[in-house]
Amino acid sequence: MIPLSNYLVVGAVLFGLSMAGIVLNRKNIIVLLMCVELMLLAVNTNFIAFSRYLGDTAGQVFVFFILTVAAAEAAIGLAILVVLFRNRRTINVEDLDELKG
Amino acid sequence: MEQAIFYFFSAVLIFAAGMVITARNPVHAVLFLVLAFFTSAALWLLLEAEFLAIVLVLVYVGAVMVLFLFVVMMLDINLAPLREGFARYLPVGVLVLALVVLEMVLVVGPRLFGAEAVTVPARQAAEYSNTETLGELLYTVYVYPFEVASVILLVAIVAAIALTLRRRPGTLKQEVGRQVAANRGERVRLVRMAAERSKR
Repeated sequence: MIPLSNYLVVGAVLFGLSMAGIVLNRKNIIVLLMCVELMLLAVNTNFIAFSRYLGDTAGQVFVFFILTVAAAEAAIGLAILVVLFRNRRTINVEDLDELKG
Repeated sequence: MEQAIFYFFSAVLIFAAGMVITARNPVHAVLFLVLAFFTSAALWLLLEAEFLAIVLVLVYVGAVMVLFLFVVMMLDINLAPLREGFARYLPVGVLVLALVVLEMVLVVGPRLFGAEAVTVPARQAAEYSNTETLGELLYTVYVYPFEVASVILLVAIVAAIALTLRRRPGTLKQEVGRQVAANRGERVRLVRMAAERSKR
């Protein structure tokens, strides 16, 4: 019998690792996108764990929608990345200062 | 047995996540991300979310991760400048990791969500179908969000194609609008001429 807290701790560790990944790999956009995917995975694991332990299938439906949006986000993000690389020949975050924010 | 499976897959999942953020080569990072998705699909199976586990493997590993791998391999990236600062930010990263995990474990740890606080539900019967339950809910209560999700996917398709479509000057292509708008006068010219007679 696995208590709910075990799954939640796994999700928390996964979330923390992806957050540390964003701090560590702040130059490489591809790794940043992958860290966002990992973060969404941690959130989805929490949703499914709660869905089972509280006996409510709505959590799984929510995961379904998160997967949809994450797939769309990954597709558009990678398309932007390809256009960026075509124009600037780099994906270093520090070189992307055209907008002068 | 169940606990052994859980701890094994959790350990593999956390190891794979750690390798994703520390791998030197982005291709290796993507492959470790695939491993992370596979192991969490196994964890979801343990949580009796069979449909979503299979969707995760089919959609995520099969489509999204292949897209990532494709882009990483297609772009000719000079890796050295992207790695600099890794050692400098390592203490900050470890600090962030420790703080986030500590805070979240304090909230979601065994004290509030342990076996005493939340009872572990019994396993579903063998004839229970997760896909059927999810489908019934999705096509009745959540049918409107479902339609919105399809619109989001359509927008993503259009945006991705519009962003990456490149028109090179000088290449031959059809212009469907002009083809449809063409009328008879532009294409056919009738010439009136006297009929010729062959001489014998």
